[in-house]
Amino acid sequence: MDIAVNTSHSKYHVNDKGYYGRFGGAYIPEMLYPNVEELKEQYLQIISEPAFQAEFDQLLTDYVGRPSPLFFAKRLSEKYKAKIYLKREDLNHTGAHKVNNTIGQILLAQRLGKKKIIAETGAGQHGVATATVCALMGLECVVYMGSIDIERQAPNVARMKMLGATVVPATSGSKTLKDATNEAIRHWINHPVDTHYIIGSVVGPHPYPDMVARFQSVVSEEMRKQLLEKTGNANPDYVIACVGGGSNAAGAFFHYLDEEAVKLVAVEAAGKGVNSGFSAATSQLGKMGIIHASKTLLMQTEDGQIVEPHSISAGLDYPGVGPLHAHLYETGRAQFLNATDDEALAAAYELSLLEGIIPALESAHALAKLKDLPLKPEDVVVVCLSGRGDKDLETYIKHLK
Amino acid sequence: MNRIDQLFSNKPKEILNIYCTAGFPALNDTLTIMETLQQSGVDMIELGMPFSDPLADGPVIQESSTRAIANGMRVSVLFEQLKGFRDRISLPVILMGYMNPVLQFGVENFCQKCAETGVDGIILPDLPMDEFETEYRPIFEKYDLHLIFLVTPETSEARIRKIDAVSTGFVYAVSSSSTTGKDKDMGDQQAYFARLKEMKLKNPVLIGFGIKDKQTFAAACANSNGAIIGSAFVKAIENSTNLQSSIQSFVQGIKG
Ligand SMILES: Cc1ncc(COP(=O)(O)O)c(C=O)c1O
Repeated sequence: MDIAVNTSHSKYHVNDKGYYGRFGGAYIPEMLYPNVEELKEQYLQIISEPAFQAEFDQLLTDYVGRPSPLFFAKRLSEKYKAKIYLKREDLNHTGAHKVNNTIGQILLAQRLGKKKIIAETGAGQHGVATATVCALMGLECVVYMGSIDIERQAPNVARMKMLGATVVPATSGSKTLKDATNEAIRHWINHPVDTHYIIGSVVGPHPYPDMVARFQSVVSEEMRKQLLEKTGNANPDYVIACVGGGSNAAGAFFHYLDEEAVKLVAVEAAGKGVNSGFSAATSQLGKMGIIHASKTLLMQTEDGQIVEPHSISAGLDYPGVGPLHAHLYETGRAQFLNATDDEALAAAYELSLLEGIIPALESAHALAKLKDLPLKPEDVVVVCLSGRGDKDLETYIKHLK
Repeated sequence: MNRIDQLFSNKPKEILNIYCTAGFPALNDTLTIMETLQQSGVDMIELGMPFSDPLADGPVIQESSTRAIANGMRVSVLFEQLKGFRDRISLPVILMGYMNPVLQFGVENFCQKCAETGVDGIILPDLPMDEFETEYRPIFEKYDLHLIFLVTPETSEARIRKIDAVSTGFVYAVSSSSTTGKDKDMGDQQAYFARLKEMKLKNPVLIGFGIKDKQTFAAACANSNGAIIGSAFVKAIENSTNLQSSIQSFVQGIKG
């Protein structure tokens, strides 16, 4: 795998100071400095080691079930009049792309000599993927989850518990992903020596955004090979992915960032509508600010208080976006669209009926934009199907009329 | 001379610095609290600028911040409240907060307002030292504002030296690896405090986090120039029906 590829020539990848354009950095209190510095000093070296890569590859193959298929969605293609492929991250062990990152980070944590793992989770997919690798490696696991998300993603809470993790409700603020992340960071401040924090998206202080993007980059690495085999061209015309913090999009975009002919489409959650006051469309509603130790686009009040976002999908219910995506937005390298709660629901029902695949609500946001793109019949489109919809069944049933 | 430097040259020992969240318990309590702290014999005041997502803070200061924001506190409101406070209060005053609200206010604008109102120093725990040095130091110098950095038990000696070189006013030694308001045993920390003392830093050292009563204050003072009390004070006034007497008896309990 090419997770340690040199990206220093690229204007879209992180620079040697930890920034993507004017976004990124590490706005951490001193209590976290030794941990973050240790990661920063070591992550590239560790993931370059052949032994690390061999173990990562082997687990992705035998445990996660990679490569994930690239599925030609025939009926969806007929409907939208383009050649639409689905990158089936939903078929990974634990049901989403999140596990690519947790496998990478648990191997890294072991090499750093850490004994305990903490994580935050929104939809619960990252929490499950973390609990899973902790069980696999025999490490203690604590997952912070907003109390609202604990309610709306109950099956994942049960899974984490069965996997031996302790799930701690975050009851501050908006009681969702942002607050779970705050609590995880506070836990790390209080346990700085023996604990590694497995962040679940391309957010947080440098080097997390780059590190997580690299572990997820396996998605676009496979896409290139699979497309070449199926279409004779490694490059599609479009890659579409949903963006909460942006890790599945970062993985799906990674090896295409410098291929300017490939159009990258990031889909944010519009909630009840971008201007409804109940939205999580950060690129539209945010401006430069600092969240979770990263300078990025941020939904905030005029005086710099972070605003509570809204999305029907717990995994996209985040008032920021990873600094890579802020940079892709600002440079225009990626097009940022958004889908409402209702559009996402409709897209989920549609995929279920047309292709026999029930997608995660998050992934459904990406699917929802097929109707809005100026697709031509010869266009090759890859949608990152970041996860499966089992966790969202209750929501789907509630809205199914 | 900056009031912080003046204080340490007059009184190098047992400095008592009290933290309170601005705009808490009620929006307009800020000045009353500051005045009462001065009358009670406190040496320095640290005013918290409330932030919605205070990563380095435990539940007590989080809760006070949430309430202060709900009360309507914000950076611009605080500067309104602080207009003319120097007619009534002579103690050194430090503002503590997180980067984002300061960034949105504008760093230069913020520093200028601090100087205009009579603020002496700033603590921004999530401002990276490198960024301060490359982007902001000249602004802080222009307005004669001290920027105080933190050290922790996990900070390496080389980095402590660097932090001491960049900080002005004093160095804030976090007592244990924790968020604010954690009950960790001061006894375990004496070796760390002693190590700091032996390093003979150029700046005075104040110890904070987990200082809550006479004993912990004395333990902190044994190897430093004084201590900062935050969560314990916030707790003492959060449900107070008589701020003045709550504050006086709290400070009495520490110094008395
Ligand atoms: C299936 C799925 N897709 C997407 C996301 C959003 O995360 P990211 O934007 O990091 O890919 C989540 C997060 O929980 C998820 O579970």
